[in-house]
Amino acid sequence: MKLTLKIWRQKSPKDKGRFETYKVEASPHMSFLEMLDVLNEELISKKEEPVTFEHDCREGICGTCGLVINGQPHGPNKGTATCQLHMRFYKDGDIIVIEPYRASAFPVLKDLAVDRSAFDRIIQAGGYISVSTGAPQDGNAIPIEKDQAAKSFDAAACIGCGACVAACPNASAMLFVSAKVSHLALLPQGKVEAQRRAQAMVRQMDEEGFGMCSNVTACEVECPKEISVTNIARLNREYLSASLGSEV
Amino acid sequence: MSFDNNTPPGPLAEKWSRYRGTMNLVAPNNKRRIEIIIVGTGLAGASAAATLGELGYKVKCFTFHDSPRRAHSIAAQGGINAAKNYANDGDSVYRLFYDTIKGGDYRSRESNVYRLAEVSRNIIDQAVAQGVPFARDYGGLLDNRSFGGVQVSRTFYARGQTGQQLLLGAYQALSRQIAEGNVEMYNRHEMLDLVLVDGKARGIIVRNLLTGELERHAAHCVVLGTGGYGNVFYLSTNAMNCNVTAAWRATRRGAYMANPCFTQIHPTCIPQSGDYQSKLTLMSESLRNDGRVWVPKKQEDAKAIREGKKTGNDIPEEARDYFLERRYPAFGNLVPRDVASRAAKVACDEGLGVAPTGLAVFLDFEAAFMRYGQSKAHSAGLHNPSDAKVRELGVKVIEEKYGNLFEMYEKINGEDPYKMPMKIYPAVHYTMGGLWVDYNLETNIPGLFAIGECNFSDHGANRLGASALMQGLADGYFVLPYTIGQFLSQDIRTPKFDPNAKEFLDTEKDTRERLENDERQGQPVGGKLPPPPR
Repeated sequence: MKLTLKIWRQKSPKDKGRFETYKVEASPHMSFLEMLDVLNEELISKKEEPVTFEHDCREGICGTCGLVINGQPHGPNKGTATCQLHMRFYKDGDIIVIEPYRASAFPVLKDLAVDRSAFDRIIQAGGYISVSTGAPQDGNAIPIEKDQAAKSFDAAACIGCGACVAACPNASAMLFVSAKVSHLALLPQGKVEAQRRAQAMVRQMDEEGFGMCSNVTACEVECPKEISVTNIARLNREYLSASLGSEV
Repeated sequence: MSFDNNTPPGPLAEKWSRYRGTMNLVAPNNKRRIEIIIVGTGLAGASAAATLGELGYKVKCFTFHDSPRRAHSIAAQGGINAAKNYANDGDSVYRLFYDTIKGGDYRSRESNVYRLAEVSRNIIDQAVAQGVPFARDYGGLLDNRSFGGVQVSRTFYARGQTGQQLLLGAYQALSRQIAEGNVEMYNRHEMLDLVLVDGKARGIIVRNLLTGELERHAAHCVVLGTGGYGNVFYLSTNAMNCNVTAAWRATRRGAYMANPCFTQIHPTCIPQSGDYQSKLTLMSESLRNDGRVWVPKKQEDAKAIREGKKTGNDIPEEARDYFLERRYPAFGNLVPRDVASRAAKVACDEGLGVAPTGLAVFLDFEAAFMRYGQSKAHSAGLHNPSDAKVRELGVKVIEEKYGNLFEMYEKINGEDPYKMPMKIYPAVHYTMGGLWVDYNLETNIPGLFAIGECNFSDHGANRLGASALMQGLADGYFVLPYTIGQFLSQDIRTPKFDPNAKEFLDTEKDTRERLENDERQGQPVGGKLPPPPR
C-alpha cells in the first residue's frame, strides 16, 4: 500500500519545527514502527536526515515509543502501544499525520522524541516503598486478598509512556501519578507511607509543570495499558485525607 | 594465563554462608569514599545500584535509555523461580540447584548455582516487601505455577508481566537512592569503552546520546549489567537497542568470554512474517503448560494450511502429530526449551510447517479450554453442560491466566487465538554465555564485574524457564553487594581517580578514532548491519 506521511520535523529543542510530507510503500503485515524503519532506510540512502523516534522493546511493554498518530497518542487501537500497531489497520492512499507528544513538561528533543524525565523525578519524590535490601519477612507473612492484589496489579501495569499526558487537554499527569499511588497504597506493604507518598508525588508533579485534572478522562481512553481513572479518585482521596490530617 | 575461580573451600551447601561470614568488609566511613560505576539498569544493574547505594557507596549508574525503567528485563513474561516449596511438592534448595545444573547440561559452575538457589528465596521476600504484585490465591497467599523443564511448581508470577513488575520494584528502589543522593543517574549515556589503570578497571568512556559528546567517568571499579549478545543474530527477541557494545569493548580490553556458543533458542515465538521485520516477539513459555504443540501428520495438509486453503481447525484429531507428547511422554509439552525448539525445527524441516514461510508449528489450547471448562462447570454445579458452555467457561479461565499474551498474539498476527490454534516458532532469546567471572562475579580484569545475563556462570548450556529474572536479581541484590567488598577492601586508601589522567585521555582518543574510522567505512556504530544477501 502507498501512504502519505506528514511528519513533525524539529532539529533541536530550540528549533520551531514544521511538518514535512513523505511517501512510503508499506505492507499490511508491517508494524507501524517497521514502516518508519523503511522510510528511514530510504532517507538514509538519499543522504537525508532520518526521522528520530524512540523505541526499544517493540512489544508494548518498555514504554519508550509514543507517537501521536492522526491526533491520537499511540494511534487508533485501544490498549495498544505505537509499536503494537500494525499497518493492516490502514488502507492504500491513507494520509497519516505523526507528531510528538505535546506538553510543556515533555519538551521536544528532536523530531518525534520528547524528554520524559519529569516522570522519573515524580517517582524519585516518593513512588516507592522505603525498604532496603536485606532480610524482610517471609513473602507469605502478610496475606493479601486476591482481588485487592489484582487491583494493585492493574494500576502497576503502567508503562510510563506518557500517553495520558499527551491525551489530556491540560497535559495533566494525574493518571500516571495515581497509578503508582494506587499500586502501592492498595498493598499492606505500601499502606504505611501512602499519604506521605501521595503528597510528595503530587507536589513534584506540580513542580514539573503538568496541568490540573478536570475529569476529561481522555487519559484512560488512550492509555495503552487501559489504566482506569478510578485510580485518580483513589489518589484524590489519599491526597485529601493527607492534607486534612497533616496539621492536626 | 590461568583462571582461578576463587570458589571457597568446604561442602557445597556451606560455601556461601561460610564465605559471607569470613569475607573482607568495607567500613561505612570508607564506603562513602569509594565510587562504583554500574552500567545498565535492568534487573541486575538496577538492583545492584540500589543495594550498593543503600550500603553507602557512591554509585554512578549509566543507561542508554531515557529512563532506567526501560531496560529489556521489563519484557520478561513468565515468572521467577524460587525454592520456597510453598506448593509442598518436594522442592528444596538442592532440587532447584540440581534442576538448574541438569537443565544446563552440567556445564554451569556448581558453587555459583548452589548460591543462586539459596538466595532465590530472599528475592521473593524482598520483591513482596517492595510491593511487587505477585499473583495470589483466594487465601491471599502467593500462587505458583510450574515452568518448562521441571516437575515442581516453584515459579512466582505477576500475570504475564513478571519482568515488568520486578524491574519496577528495582527501579523504585533505585529511584529512592537517586533521591537520597547515593546514586548519580546518567540516562541517555552509552558506554563505548572501558578504562584500565595499571591493569584494573577504573572507568568508562561514554557517549552522551543527547549531545553526541564523549565523556570520561572514573571510579574504583566497574560493574557491567548490560545483558546478553542475542542481537548478534539477525533477528532475536531482544530489544532493538540491545547492542552488546559494553561487553564487547570489555573483551577488547582483555576480559574473556566464556561459552559464547551457548545461545538459547526459545521455542514459543511469533513466527517471522517478512523481510522488513525488525525483531521477533516472544510468547511466554508458560503457555506450554496448557497448550499442545502439533503439526499435521501429512505434508499435503501442511501445504494446504500454508497456502491458506485450510486452517488448523480443519485438521481432524487423528491427522495431527502432537510430536512433543509422542516423543517425550514423561515431560510432554513441558520438555526443556532446547528440546522443544529442536523438535519444532525438525518438524518444519520435514515440510510440516504451517506458516506461509514454512516455519511455524501449532500451539493448541482446545484441550485446555475443555478441561478447565469442565472443572469450572463442576464447581458451579452445572449438570450435563453443553460442549459450547464448557468451552466458554474454559476460555474464561485461560483468559484470566494468559489474557495479555493472547491479546498480544492477536495484535501482531491478526488471528484470534481463542478461535484458531496459535502459530509459534523458535527464536534466539537468551545467551547463557558471557563474560567469564569467578565466584565473586569478577572478570579476569581486576575491578571489572559482570552480573545478570552479561556473565556466564549459572545456566551452563541451557537456561531453565523463569531463571533469568532469578539470576539477575540474585546477583544484584544478594551476591555482588557482598563479593564486591573483596576487591574494594584493598582500595580503601586509594584516592578518587582523575578522569583527566593519561589513561582516560588515551582511551577516549582510541574511542574517537575508532568511531571516526567506522564512520568513514560507512558502518553504523553499534547499530544493525545490513541484512545478509538473499
